[in-house]
Amino acid sequence: MYGLGILKGMGVTLKHFLDTYIEDLRFLGKGKRTDVAFNLRQGGRNQRLGLFTVEYPEEKIAVPERFRFIPFLVINNLDAEEDAGKIWCTSCGICAKVCPPQCIWIVRGTDPETGRPKPEPEEFYIDIDICMNCGLCAEFCPFDAIKMDHDYELASYDRTTHHIFDKARLSKEFRYWRSIAPTISAEEAEARGGWEHKDVLKEKAKASRAADKAAGAS
Amino acid sequence: MAENPAAEVTTANPVAEAIAALKAQFPDAVVEDNRKGYAGIVVDPEKLVEVATAARDTLGYNYLSSATAVDYLGKGDYFEMVYHTYRVPAGGPPLVIKARTPRDRATLPSVISVWPGADFQEREAYDLMGIRFEGHPNLKRILLWEGFDGHPLRKDWKEAYYEQDQKPFDSRWPQGRVYRAEERNPYGKNVRYPEGFTLDDFTPVGEAPNYDGVDLGINVQEMATPGLKTDRLVVNLGPHHPSTHGVFRMVVTLNGETVEDLQPVMGYLHRNHEKIGERNTFLQNMPFTDRLDYITSMSNNLGYALAVEHLLSLGPRYQPPTYRAEVIRVLMVELTRVVSHMWAIGFLLNDLGAFYTPALYAIAERELILDFFEAVAGSRMMCNYMRFGGVFKDLPERIQGIPLLANDRVRNEATLDYLANIINERLPRAIDELDDYLTHNEIIVTRCQGVGILPPEMAIAYSAAGPVLRASGVPYDVRRAEPYSIYPELDFDVAVRYNGDIYDRYLLRIDEMRQSVRILKQLLPRLRETEGQPIISGSKAYSPRVPEGEAYGRVENPKGELGYYVVSDGGQNPWRYHVRSPSYINLTALGPMAKGHKVADIVAILGSIDIILGEVDR
Ligand code: SF4
Ligand code: SF4
Repeated sequence: MYGLGILKGMGVTLKHFLDTYIEDLRFLGKGKRTDVAFNLRQGGRNQRLGLFTVEYPEEKIAVPERFRFIPFLVINNLDAEEDAGKIWCTSCGICAKVCPPQCIWIVRGTDPETGRPKPEPEEFYIDIDICMNCGLCAEFCPFDAIKMDHDYELASYDRTTHHIFDKARLSKEFRYWRSIAPTISAEEAEARGGWEHKDVLKEKAKASRAADKAAGAS
Repeated sequence: MAENPAAEVTTANPVAEAIAALKAQFPDAVVEDNRKGYAGIVVDPEKLVEVATAARDTLGYNYLSSATAVDYLGKGDYFEMVYHTYRVPAGGPPLVIKARTPRDRATLPSVISVWPGADFQEREAYDLMGIRFEGHPNLKRILLWEGFDGHPLRKDWKEAYYEQDQKPFDSRWPQGRVYRAEERNPYGKNVRYPEGFTLDDFTPVGEAPNYDGVDLGINVQEMATPGLKTDRLVVNLGPHHPSTHGVFRMVVTLNGETVEDLQPVMGYLHRNHEKIGERNTFLQNMPFTDRLDYITSMSNNLGYALAVEHLLSLGPRYQPPTYRAEVIRVLMVELTRVVSHMWAIGFLLNDLGAFYTPALYAIAERELILDFFEAVAGSRMMCNYMRFGGVFKDLPERIQGIPLLANDRVRNEATLDYLANIINERLPRAIDELDDYLTHNEIIVTRCQGVGILPPEMAIAYSAAGPVLRASGVPYDVRRAEPYSIYPELDFDVAVRYNGDIYDRYLLRIDEMRQSVRILKQLLPRLRETEGQPIISGSKAYSPRVPEGEAYGRVENPKGELGYYVVSDGGQNPWRYHVRSPSYINLTALGPMAKGHKVADIVAILGSIDIILGEVDR
């Protein structure tokens, strides 16, 4: 019969429409902005029911570990016993070379006495207007010193003065990285052989080898 | 729906036979391309049209997939036009035809009479490379505007503000004292004009007639057809029009309400993707491919990875991607296909006037898939997931949110359960619901059936690809015609419909989503079996050594055949990087399809092609 197709389609719309109310009733009094309600709407295994939307900013979807936004630089925890706040970056320049839009700027540090390069950046900038959040810098840094952040709420009123992040603005404690990426940071620590910076671990290994040798010689 | 007819296997090498036949027929005009890493034939320009006609008519290479130019500045100092031609629907590898012309008087005969699909591609080569095509009926710039100085894909063309030929730039390290690009490149100073050019006196020549109707400078009565009370009128649809899916313009000549002529005008989003690609290193291009068709970044990645892997395979010690990597790649690509088709259907309904309700129903499932992409690749749309030889990272164990900001809601599910649920339950249900909702709706049926018909011969001639080609009754799908990755071992049919109208393009997308779900179901056990296996072959290098040669990597993208023509000169940047963009080339057929229909139908016809301007303009 002519018109039947339209009616059938209207049926689908009506079902969707009613479902939103059924969902409202279900959470009557408890409020829709709970984890339970969120998982019903957005979880993978829910039956499609009612609204699909998240009511930003009253609720937000927590981003997964691998989520990548503007990078940050890892520094030692500020309350660490040794080298508190020391930056992990050795200013090797690899991230500046892989960066596709070329928005990383690094001034390599020099030793004031010898004038030779030293493994620490003097300055480190990222132009976040240009950064395309590709994550290649974090992927190829051999020292796990640059990581992708999770904080995407970075809007500001003036891009010309606020959007070139310098070393201070970029630096975040190592414990922050552990907190936003528990699995990945653990994997990386395993690959390095400890929670500390690669070079620190190397020094330690060397020292212990030397101690072993000394012990063996005596 | 037909069984797949493309799998007619010929054991002999059809391309070698074709080349031998052409050499026999044109002994003076055809030579084989013997450069290391190259393939195909180089044809004397004088004889190009004849050779092309023979290739099409006697050898069956009836489909021009890609036509593009390469500037060999300093390496022979000529332009080379490269044509990739295929047999459709038979399938098989390409016959690559090349023709050279000196850089200072770059002229080649147009092959538009042989393959009408060359139309926009030759205009693009004219626009960006400055090669004149004799015999092209409408040789105008297509992506850039007429006052533009020079041809930006030439190797000696530099932007007004130019830092260095190739990345990485030396100014970034070790003395990277930062400045903003705008400081050296103030707004307005970044454009170069041809000599003697003043912007104030500039009237775009080719475009003037498009505006005639606007200021009413024409005598409408004069143009009226005698005896009939209709007026001819030129109407600009776009560039800012909700129906054009982005910044895109259609110049429509109307007779009354009926379309007499339609000219697409594009380039508003042109950012010279290919030039950027040639200044990037090979790896740096990967995230840029995401930004072509931003709905399908996963499959864009795959096409580029295939092209570069082909080049890498010319060198020693090449290892193909691991099996698990291939499984994951296909998983991502097929999920992307569903996402894209859902999107296309939703927005087709928008174009038909059902404002956003169907679109929202169609793309709800997309959210879950994008969440999955985010958990695996790190980003919902700009995935940057594939690498040469594999993928970025293995699937995570859990799809798990990490709360950081205020009001964060956490989701935590095992990845494979989450996937299995989407694939086995949600997607089939959503597709069925769409089918129920729309397929028999009388409004859709009356507005779509018999509108925008593209007959099969025309679809092939115009190089239409993807759903547009298959809905016209041509069962050609790159996944079967020239298989890549693990498609040969997967069980699926090439969806095909025969009427070639809007309705069949819609139905075809529904069919194709069902086939994708079928593929996805076969991937789940493979994912479980291969758990723990490596996801990338060899070691990951940020600057791989890519041997000299050329490669054309093509994949069946949701919107059609996406191809990357990459030439390497052995350096760390591609010498040439060309994108054969399905959205762009499918538009070649828009004019002919729209002829004779009403204004409201054009909008639907455009919607049924499913274009993304990021990919059209590049
Ligand atoms: S790659 Fe890592 S260590 Fe090297 S400069 Fe970049 S952040 Fe520093
Ligand atoms: S995320 Fe990508 S674009 Fe941003 S700084 Fe890192 S490499 Fe550069």
